[in-house]
Amino acid sequence: MSDTQTRTLKVDALARVEGEGALHVRVKGNIVKDVKFRIFEPPRFFEAFLQGRRFHEVPDITARICGICPIAYMLGASQAMEDALNIRVEGELQNLRRLIYCGEWIESHVLHAAMLHAPDFLGLDDALQIAKENPQLVTDALQLKKLGNDIMDLVGGRAVHPINMKVGGFYKAPKKAELETLLPTLDWALKTCREIALAFAQFDYPDFEYDYTCVSLQHPDEYAINRGTIISNRGLDIPLAQFFDHFGEEHVAHSNALQGKFKNGEPYLVGPIARYNNNFKQLSKNARKLAADCGLGPVVNNPYKSILVRMVETYYACEESMRIIEHYQRPGKPAVEITPGAGEGYGCTEAPRGICFHRYRLDEEGRVTLATIVPPTAQNQKQIETDLRGVVEQNLALGDDELTWRCEQTIRNYDPCISCATHFLKLTIERE
Amino acid sequence: MNDWLIIGIGNRLRRDDAVGPRVVDRLEKRGLQCQEHSGEGAGLISAWEAYPRVLLIDATRSDAKPGTIHQINAIEQTVPTDLFHYSSHQFGVAEAIEMARTLKRLPDQLWLVGIEGENFGYGEELTPQVNNVLDQAEQIILARIRA
Repeated sequence: MSDTQTRTLKVDALARVEGEGALHVRVKGNIVKDVKFRIFEPPRFFEAFLQGRRFHEVPDITARICGICPIAYMLGASQAMEDALNIRVEGELQNLRRLIYCGEWIESHVLHAAMLHAPDFLGLDDALQIAKENPQLVTDALQLKKLGNDIMDLVGGRAVHPINMKVGGFYKAPKKAELETLLPTLDWALKTCREIALAFAQFDYPDFEYDYTCVSLQHPDEYAINRGTIISNRGLDIPLAQFFDHFGEEHVAHSNALQGKFKNGEPYLVGPIARYNNNFKQLSKNARKLAADCGLGPVVNNPYKSILVRMVETYYACEESMRIIEHYQRPGKPAVEITPGAGEGYGCTEAPRGICFHRYRLDEEGRVTLATIVPPTAQNQKQIETDLRGVVEQNLALGDDELTWRCEQTIRNYDPCISCATHFLKLTIERE
Repeated sequence: MNDWLIIGIGNRLRRDDAVGPRVVDRLEKRGLQCQEHSGEGAGLISAWEAYPRVLLIDATRSDAKPGTIHQINAIEQTVPTDLFHYSSHQFGVAEAIEMARTLKRLPDQLWLVGIEGENFGYGEELTPQVNNVLDQAEQIILARIRA
């Protein structure tokens, strides 16, 4: 190929991601001129139509941002309202929140890792082909996903868009005996997660690393899922209220989703690898052993290995679910009582794809006057484009089909939730 | 007739996509075992797991006239993936059926009744041509499960 030849690689509708997006890459000779990760899913205007709504309606409305990760929205919104109204939710109510969140991690991580991302490493087009080659893997993955949904159903009253969660806690606390019905399946799930993770560890991983700025929650008592403060591996450590002092959102012409970035314009990473790198020591002993058995050190910088980190986190979520259920004592009251009032509050949880940040301002009657939601995929967009630029530069010798495939795989490392990001894929690689 | 599970697939707030749940409302009143489902593929395979005979009702989007009723014996024929509206994560009704076929997890009988929709925008009203075939769809399904 001559130095002046232009190559354009494009994917008009990215497969195996949630929502509608595209990729356009333009290369002149050996120089990557342009990488655009486009989100053309239409904007959804949640932040605008939340204004005027009463505080208690917000978790149920924001849940509709996503069918895969509704808990991230329900819980982030609830926390923000509780923060605004000076309410503390603790004890078994907080444990139930962690349990239902573990359910969301299990169903979301397994769907992505086994059904949507694994085909990339096996050279297969979709999960149906995996089912033909390895029916046991897909049967197990479906069963694991069902377990996640069953947890959400038992605690939340429904597997998708649960109806039992509210500001202050729950409408009804589940009985211990109901939760205990999950224990035999959770026991099976631990063994199965481990087997799947070890099988995925045998994949051939592209040789690409990046020195990520990892942003995640951290909590002194636990591997942060459902609560915490915001930290990075570069020394950032801030309460939620200071989020907008350090992070910003930028509108770029090629995306209907705002792009998250540091105030200085630098990209950052949220999601499984960020959490793992920041909070590795807080994983359970067995989860850390599984990571080691998969060949992972305490810091992962190869984004393709996110599939392994997802399986380690799934394993951990199963362990946590067992622990919570075994120690559960049904609380006397399913929720903390709320008196509406004015205030501003912040909420943030670790959605399967990374931190999902909420801010709301309420008037005296508890009506929303300002709503800001910063979903994980919006925050990862700029890092995805940065990864793609590096991956294309490193793999210019590949033919267009192979390079396009590698780019799509790179995007799927992030398990992007495009619908969430637009409250955000198509691929175009242009070689000049 | 009582060993059939009927699953109405769709979103009630996206106009003609609601046709599956709307037909299920009628069948439920007749005492039949019914479920409403979003059409998410993995969940769908789990939903029918315990049932030997299953009938799915969903809105379709092909080139047919609105209100056209398609009937597919999913045990005997492959389900075309371009017939159905649902696409999130690209694992919907047709993919679920083909996945279950590969995994040998299909029920003994599986019928798919598709009703061609026209408008999948926001709202609760069905297109008149779709609304007009609710009776006919109900009768076709009753005849099917009595057969």
